[in-house]
Amino acid sequence: MPRPTLTLTTTLNDREVHVVVEPRTTLLELLRDQLDLVGTKSGCASGDCGACTVQVDGVPVLACLTLAARVDGCSVRTVEGLTGPRGRLLNIFVEHDAAQCGFCTPGLLMQVDHLLRVRPGPLGREEVRAALSGNLCRCTGYEKILDAVIDAATRASEGA
Amino acid sequence: MTSREDVPPELRGGRIGGAHRRVGIHDRLRGVTRFTADLKRPGMLHAKIVRSPHAHARIESIDASDALAMPGVAAVITGRDLPTPYGIIPWTRDETALAVEKALHVGDGVACVAAEDLATAEAAAREIRITWEPLPTLFDPEEALASEVKVNPHCKHGNLTKEVSLAFGDVDAALARAALVVEGEYRFAGTTHAALEPHCALADVDADGLLTVWSTTQVPHYLHRELARVLDRSSRTIRVIQPPLGGGFGGKSEPLDLELCVAKLALVTGRPVRLLYEREEVFYAHRGRHPMVMHHRAGFDAEGHILGVDARSILDGGAYASFGLVTTYYSGQLLCAPYAFPAYRFDSRRAYTNKPACGPKRGHGSVQPRFAMEVQLDKAAHALGIDPIELRRRNAMRADERTVNELQVGSNGFLDCLAAVEAASEWRARRGKLPFGRGLGVAGSTYISGTNYPIYPNDMPQSAVQVTLDRSGRARVFSGASDIGQGSDTLVAVIVAEELGLAIEDVRVLSADSDLCPVDLGAYSSRTTLMVGNACLDAARELAGRVRRSVARAWEIASNRVVLARGCAFDREEPRRAMVLAEAFQLAEAEHGLLSAAGSYRTPTDRHGSYRGGTIGASPAYSFTAHVAEVEVDVETGEVRVERIWCAHDCGRAISRRLVEGQIEGSTYMGVAEALFEEHVIDAAHGGLHAGPSLLDYRLPTAMDTPAIEAIVVEAPDARGPYGAKEAGEGPLHSSIPAVANAIFDAVGIRLDSLPFTPPRVLAAMGSGARREGIAARGSRAAQSTRATPRVSREVPRGGAS
Repeated sequence: MPRPTLTLTTTLNDREVHVVVEPRTTLLELLRDQLDLVGTKSGCASGDCGACTVQVDGVPVLACLTLAARVDGCSVRTVEGLTGPRGRLLNIFVEHDAAQCGFCTPGLLMQVDHLLRVRPGPLGREEVRAALSGNLCRCTGYEKILDAVIDAATRASEGA
Repeated sequence: MTSREDVPPELRGGRIGGAHRRVGIHDRLRGVTRFTADLKRPGMLHAKIVRSPHAHARIESIDASDALAMPGVAAVITGRDLPTPYGIIPWTRDETALAVEKALHVGDGVACVAAEDLATAEAAAREIRITWEPLPTLFDPEEALASEVKVNPHCKHGNLTKEVSLAFGDVDAALARAALVVEGEYRFAGTTHAALEPHCALADVDADGLLTVWSTTQVPHYLHRELARVLDRSSRTIRVIQPPLGGGFGGKSEPLDLELCVAKLALVTGRPVRLLYEREEVFYAHRGRHPMVMHHRAGFDAEGHILGVDARSILDGGAYASFGLVTTYYSGQLLCAPYAFPAYRFDSRRAYTNKPACGPKRGHGSVQPRFAMEVQLDKAAHALGIDPIELRRRNAMRADERTVNELQVGSNGFLDCLAAVEAASEWRARRGKLPFGRGLGVAGSTYISGTNYPIYPNDMPQSAVQVTLDRSGRARVFSGASDIGQGSDTLVAVIVAEELGLAIEDVRVLSADSDLCPVDLGAYSSRTTLMVGNACLDAARELAGRVRRSVARAWEIASNRVVLARGCAFDREEPRRAMVLAEAFQLAEAEHGLLSAAGSYRTPTDRHGSYRGGTIGASPAYSFTAHVAEVEVDVETGEVRVERIWCAHDCGRAISRRLVEGQIEGSTYMGVAEALFEEHVIDAAHGGLHAGPSLLDYRLPTAMDTPAIEAIVVEAPDARGPYGAKEAGEGPLHSSIPAVANAIFDAVGIRLDSLPFTPPRVLAAMGSGARREGIAARGSRAAQSTRATPRVSREVPRGGAS
C-alpha cells in the first residue's frame, strides 16, 4: 500500500523548494535524508541536545521535533544558509577556537544567530549562558563558545 | 642537524605555542564536512539491531521468517552468523557481535536486520520472534564475585575479570608508625561519555572483494584487526576509514556490534549497509567509567608526609571485559605520582555483572582512585592542621624520579601547577575567610602520555606518518592518527609546517584511512601528541635535511647555513639570500627524486619495573595537574554550585596553545559534571534497565550548569616529547572531582565520599549533625588541629610511633 504523502512549498535558505514528504516525516529527516543538507546534526532525535536547531521564520526550532508538514509556506534557514553577513559568526567561532569536534556547532550557530538579532548590543556572560542552555556541547566546557558569542555581539554592536 | 634553537628568532617558524586555526574547522562549521552518519552510498540498506529486553537470558529460538517475508527486507543475521569471540584486549576475547547462546545485559544485540529503509528495518526488527529462558541476574559486583551463576561464558575465573595485587615497600609497618592514619570508603558512580555524535557504521564491498568500513571509531587499527578476526577475512581485503568524528572520550575506542554487523550484512547482501545508533543504544553500548568502591588507608607523619597508602578496590565491569584488564591495573598503578611515598599496596578486582560493559572514559581507570586519594589528603591536612596545598607541596615528587611502583617520571611541573592555582584563586587571602556555604578545595593529579606497551604485543612502532613534499611547495602528510575533535590533524600540520618552514595551510593532512595511511594505534591513553608528534618530527626533519642540502649545494654554502622558515629557504648568515620553498623543493626533487619520508615513533622500554604488570602505567612522559574549585552550597536545598574552577596543567609544551586550553576546559567541565550530576544507573529493581538512557535524564551540564573555568598552561618540557610536549586531553579531568569534594568540605564541613554530590546526599550529610561540624571547621587553624576526632570523617589520629 503506498504511503500517503504531502507536497510542501518552503523557502529554504532563501530559495523556494517543493518537496514531497510523508505526514510523519520530521523536518530533520527532510533536511538530512531527502535534501542532503547534512549540516544539521542529529544527536538524540528527542529534543534534548539542540544539535538539530534550525530557524523557521527566523525562530530557532528543534528540527527533530518539528514535522516537515509544519514548515509548508514557511521560511527555513539551516547552517548552510549562514552566508554573507551572517557568515561572520562562523569566522568568529573559528577565531576563538569555539568548536572542537564541531558536531554541536551548527545547531549552536543557528541559536546564536537568532540571539544576536533579537538582542542587539553587547552581551553579558550569564545572559549568553542562559540563551545557549538548550544546546549541549560535550567538548569545550563552553568557555570558548561564550568568548566567541560575546565577541560577536560586541563587534556587531560596534558595526565591525 | 640544526636545532630550532640555533636559528635566529626572526627566521623561526614561531608556530610552536601559537594559536592555530584548526585544520578543517571551517567546513565542520559550515555543515559541509561529512561525518559518518552523513555518508550515503547508492543502493544503501539500513540496519537495525534487535536487542535483549532481559538482563540475563538464554536464547531458546529465533524466528526471523516473518521479518524476512516483509517487502524491502534484505537480510537478517544472528549471533550464529558471527560466532567468533573478539575483544579489544587479546587476553579477554569474551564478546560476540550478537549474542550466540545468551544475552548478558539489557540491550545486548541478538539479531540484525537490513532493509531498504530505516522504517522497514525497524518494523522487521519488531517481527523477529525470540523465545527466552530468563536466567538469574547479578547486578552487584561483590555478589557476582561470590555467586555460582556465571555472567560471561568466556570468563575463566567465575565472574572475576581480573585481580591485581601489588605491594611496594612495607605498608603495614608504614601505617603502624604513622602519626595519623586516614581511612575511608569511597564510591564512584558509573558515568558515560555521551559524545554528541551517536555511533554509526557503514560498510560496502566492491567488485574486487574489498570490504570498506566507515566508522565513528577512535581506534581504526584495532577495528581493522577485529573485523578480520570475526569475519575470518584477511585484513588485506578490508579498508577501515574513520571520517571526521563528533567526539569520543573513550566511548568509541573498541569495536562494537554495529561495525561487525554492517560488514557482515554488506558481505551477505552485496550492498552498502549503514547502521546508526539511536541515543538509547549509545547508552546501552556504554563502555563508560567503571563504578568503583574504594577502601583507602593512608598513613602520615606529624608534618603531613605520606608514609604509606593501602588501596583496595572493587570494579563493577558489566557483562564484558572491554579494556577491563587494563582498567584494573590503572585503578592502582597510576596513584604513585605526583606524590612520593615509600610504601604502597593495592588490590583491585573487577567483576562481571549483567549490565552494559564498562570500559575507558577520559582518564581511564585512574579518575576514581584519584578522587579517593585526594580526599584522603584533604582529610589528613585538616586533621593535622596543615594547609592542603602545603601538604601536597611537602609530598610532591621531583622531576626524573622513580615512583614507588617503579615508573620513571621525567619532567614534572606539579609544584608550578599548585602555585598557579594557589595564586589564581587567591587561596591564601580567601581560604578560611569565605562565608559559611562557600568554600575552596584543592586537588592534584598526574597522567600518562600514552603507554609504552601496545594493546597487542608487537615490536613495531606505535605511530607512523609518511610525509611527501610536492613541487608546488606544499606537504602531504599521511597519518594514521584519529582526530576525534581533540585536534590531532592540526597538531600534525603545525609540526610539519614548523619543521619545513611552511604555512600551516600548505600542509595537507590525510588521516585515519587504512588504505592510505600507516598504522597508528588510535586516540586513547593520551598518546597522540607525544607519539604522532614524534613521528612527524622524524619524517619532517629527514625531508628538511634533504631540502637544505640541495639548496646549500646550489648556493655553494654549508647546509647548516640553510634555514627553512616562513615559506622560504634562507641563508642564516646572509638572510637576504632566500628562495621560495616551491623552488627549494624542486631543487631537492631534482637531486633526490620524489621527496617522501616515513617517520615513526618507538616507545622507550626501560622506564618501568621488572615485576609482572610493571609495564602497565609506564609512559614516555607524565603530565601533572592541580585544580582549585570554589563552590557555593545551598544548605536549604542541598544544591552545590561550582562557581569557578581553576586548572593548571603541565603539558610539557603547548604546541598549539588554544587546543591545550580547550582540552583543559573540556576535561574540567567533564569532571565537574561527574562530581555533581552524571550517573550511569542500571536499575536492578527494574530488571537491569537503564534508569535514563537519554540526554535529558542523563544529566549533561548545560552552559548554565557549567562553572567559569580558568585554564592555566604550565610547561615543564620533557625530553621525550616533541618540543617537550606531553599530554593534555585526559589529565586535566582527574583532580577536578576531588577539588569539588574538598571545596564542599571547606564550605559546609561535610564529607561526601560517594559520587555524584546530589542535593539528597548533601542534605543527608548536613542532617547528620555535620552542619555544626562545618561551622566548627570555620574556626582558626589552631582550633582545627586540636580537634582529636572529627566527626564527619574517619581520620584516626595516633599518638606518635607505636
